[in-house]
Amino acid sequence: MADFRYRDDQPHEEPAVTLDAFLEQPDATAVRLEAGEDARRLIPFLDRLQLIEISFPRFRDGRGFSSARILREAGYKGELRAEGDVLIDLLFFMRRCGFDSFVSQHSLNPADVEAALNRYSHVYQNATDEAVPIWKLRHG
Amino acid sequence: MRILTGNDLKSGAVIWWTGHDWSLHVEDAVDVGEHGEAVLAAEDGARRVNGGYIVDAEATPEGPRPAHIKDRIRALGPTVRPDLTLKPADPTAGDWVI
Amino acid sequence: MYQYDKYDQGMVDARVEEFRDQVRRRIAGDINDDQFKPLRLKNGLYLQLHAYMLRVAIPYGTFNSVQMRKLADIARKYDRGYGHFTTRQNIQYNWIKLEEAPDILAELATVEMHAIQTSGESIRNISADQYAGAAADEICDPRPWAELIRQATTFHPEFSYLPRKFKIAVISAPEDRAALRWHDCALRIVRNGKGEEGFEVYAGGGMGRTPFIAYKIRDFLPAQQIFSYLQAILRVWNLHARRDNIHKQRMKILVHELGEEEFRRQVEEEFQTFLALATDFPQAEYDRIAAYFTPPPFETGLGDEIDRSDPDFALWVDRQVVAHKVPGYAIANISLKPIGGIPGDISAEQMDIVADLAERYSFDEIRATHAQNLVLPHVRKADLYAVWQALDAAGLASVNLDLVTDIIACPGLDYCSLANARSIPLAQKISERFANMERQLDIGELKIKISGCINACGHHHAGQIGILGVDRKGTENYQLLLGGSGAEDTSQAKITGPGFDEAGIVDAVERTVERYRELREPGERFLDTYRRVGLDPFKEAIYG
Ligand code: HEM
Ligand code: SF4
Repeated sequence: MADFRYRDDQPHEEPAVTLDAFLEQPDATAVRLEAGEDARRLIPFLDRLQLIEISFPRFRDGRGFSSARILREAGYKGELRAEGDVLIDLLFFMRRCGFDSFVSQHSLNPADVEAALNRYSHVYQNATDEAVPIWKLRHG
Repeated sequence: MRILTGNDLKSGAVIWWTGHDWSLHVEDAVDVGEHGEAVLAAEDGARRVNGGYIVDAEATPEGPRPAHIKDRIRALGPTVRPDLTLKPADPTAGDWVI
Repeated sequence: MYQYDKYDQGMVDARVEEFRDQVRRRIAGDINDDQFKPLRLKNGLYLQLHAYMLRVAIPYGTFNSVQMRKLADIARKYDRGYGHFTTRQNIQYNWIKLEEAPDILAELATVEMHAIQTSGESIRNISADQYAGAAADEICDPRPWAELIRQATTFHPEFSYLPRKFKIAVISAPEDRAALRWHDCALRIVRNGKGEEGFEVYAGGGMGRTPFIAYKIRDFLPAQQIFSYLQAILRVWNLHARRDNIHKQRMKILVHELGEEEFRRQVEEEFQTFLALATDFPQAEYDRIAAYFTPPPFETGLGDEIDRSDPDFALWVDRQVVAHKVPGYAIANISLKPIGGIPGDISAEQMDIVADLAERYSFDEIRATHAQNLVLPHVRKADLYAVWQALDAAGLASVNLDLVTDIIACPGLDYCSLANARSIPLAQKISERFANMERQLDIGELKIKISGCINACGHHHAGQIGILGVDRKGTENYQLLLGGSGAEDTSQAKITGPGFDEAGIVDAVERTVERYRELREPGERFLDTYRRVGLDPFKEAIYG
């Protein structure tokens, strides 16, 4: 179960398999990507996947941000979960890169999570979320 | 001797372990012998010190003098701004640092 | 100059509150130092030898009198009455309290300043030519692009937890005053055959323990596509950089390991991905930003003559004043390198004086330079004498731009917890040794750059004479390097041989300079002579 989930559909709780296992036998619907694994290898299978879990072994390791964006940009619509050393101050960026659920090894205070996600009312640049960049607001 | 130092969490000031508290003056530092790690763990947990560590020092009649130049500079202040050190009025205060 | 609108202001205000909350959580013990460190670093707050140190961004080195006065106020109220200008056009305060840091950021926000992404593994303050908008040799003002890139890279969701720091510089002149190719990503604005603006792009430069000079990966990038291209570079690096060794995570290492061709190929491929996503800022946004950088209302019909009857003033004009693109105007350099002083340091009172001068005589603009000096970019030639008199009264009229006493020095062991040796006392002693004005002028351009450790904050790799502090069995020791350059003729300095103690290194510098005076041919700078004759004659002079 995700600690924090921002989706309306039913949680998908099939255990996630490793990337290697999945590529060998691509019938699972949930995959786990370790930091450093190439998200693009999942692109051919995106419409059948319902959960992709991306691991953050250390919060300093930001590869998962790129992996998430790559998957969303390739059209992935299922649940995208950040798992591991997920700290409050990463959540805003993670949401913008397309993550919609979080499992943290820390116990995150829901009020702090809410505050962190709503801290910035505007953004400067496009990402994979719906936020409208400031330049667009400026020019109507 | 081995003494403990670190920075005060809130102010950032350089501090030295006196055996029961932290002081701005290296002269107040005590020998912690083998207990340095334990004291640091407790004090760090209590957030009374930030980035604490153990340093080797020499006991002198004026008080402990850290072995490494970096900690001697920390103990007094920047050598290029005597006016900003802990003893701005004493022109010889830095004699032992360098 | 750029001015915040409600959106920009909202961003920095929200940032202040976010940091206030992070500091509260740290002091309350909700997060430990390990978790707090990257957060404070993203707001320019380091823990240094004597206290916390705060680095405030001066985007592309441009600021105004209101901002300078605020910097002075902060120095008085929260620090100890001074600040330190750095080699990346930022200013640092050395005596900051964690508890007060959020208040300082709040004060900065009232004058459209911040410390966002001034340290940590983030996209840092964008640096630029300090003469932008004034230089006679520039193609266009590079600052609108720098501001656009600043916005595009602020709180970038994909690139806020990078493998390491990422430094960008932008210039648009043939003369390089920004140490361009020593940056992770360096941009030079050029025009193509059709007269369109674009960027020459360099990547993979950096100093630190493994110095690399950036190589050119693109001859011409249409200017409008800059954000796509930057994101492509960043993504290739973010995905493929090593994550196991902090010293090998800078982009320069990846570029080196992949090889230039392969790196370029991957960037170009990723570039196509980003182009398709249409994330580039539209022309209208560029135009909006550029409107803030339209030239100030220069007077026309001004004369170019300067009354040189005061010899001290004439000396200052000859050295510190350079050509402006508008007749009747000049660019005035303010040295922060008095003989025996601390390079880059400036008192709060001096800051106020520079602010007054900028307001009165320079269309309210000030620039910070990577050589740790300041600039009044738009002074009427007729006003130079008044400016000089005020600077002179404030101890700011040293004459030494690019001379042997115009030394770059990092804070070194007097302030920095990473240092091996002190840098500042060395800069002081060298400048005292060469204090004589005639001798300095005779020696001519000679850039000495001093770092207190291998991190190279003092640019020693780019020093015509570089000095590196090392730890030799617990005592300070200094290595001498020769032949570096941070200008358009970029090169990396080479170590001469065994190191010296403090007195020894000052002597070695002097012997190097004297050997140059013996060997030089008419018109040769130190660097020219060095390049012609090589290291050996200097080694012989230094080591006998
Ligand atoms: C006093 C606190 C400072 C600390 C702890 C610090 C830390 C560092 C570190 C760790 C690096 C190496 C980065 C790397 O190789 O990845 C570095 C590089 C650098 N720092 Fe600092 N620095 C400090 C002050 C300064 C100052 C005062 C300046 C300007 C005078 C400065 C400018 C630079 C520059 C230009 C580099 C080289 C960038 C490159 O490698 O490309 N730093 N600093
Ligand atoms: S070069 Fe080393 S000593 Fe100097 S400021 Fe940088 S980290 Fe500190």
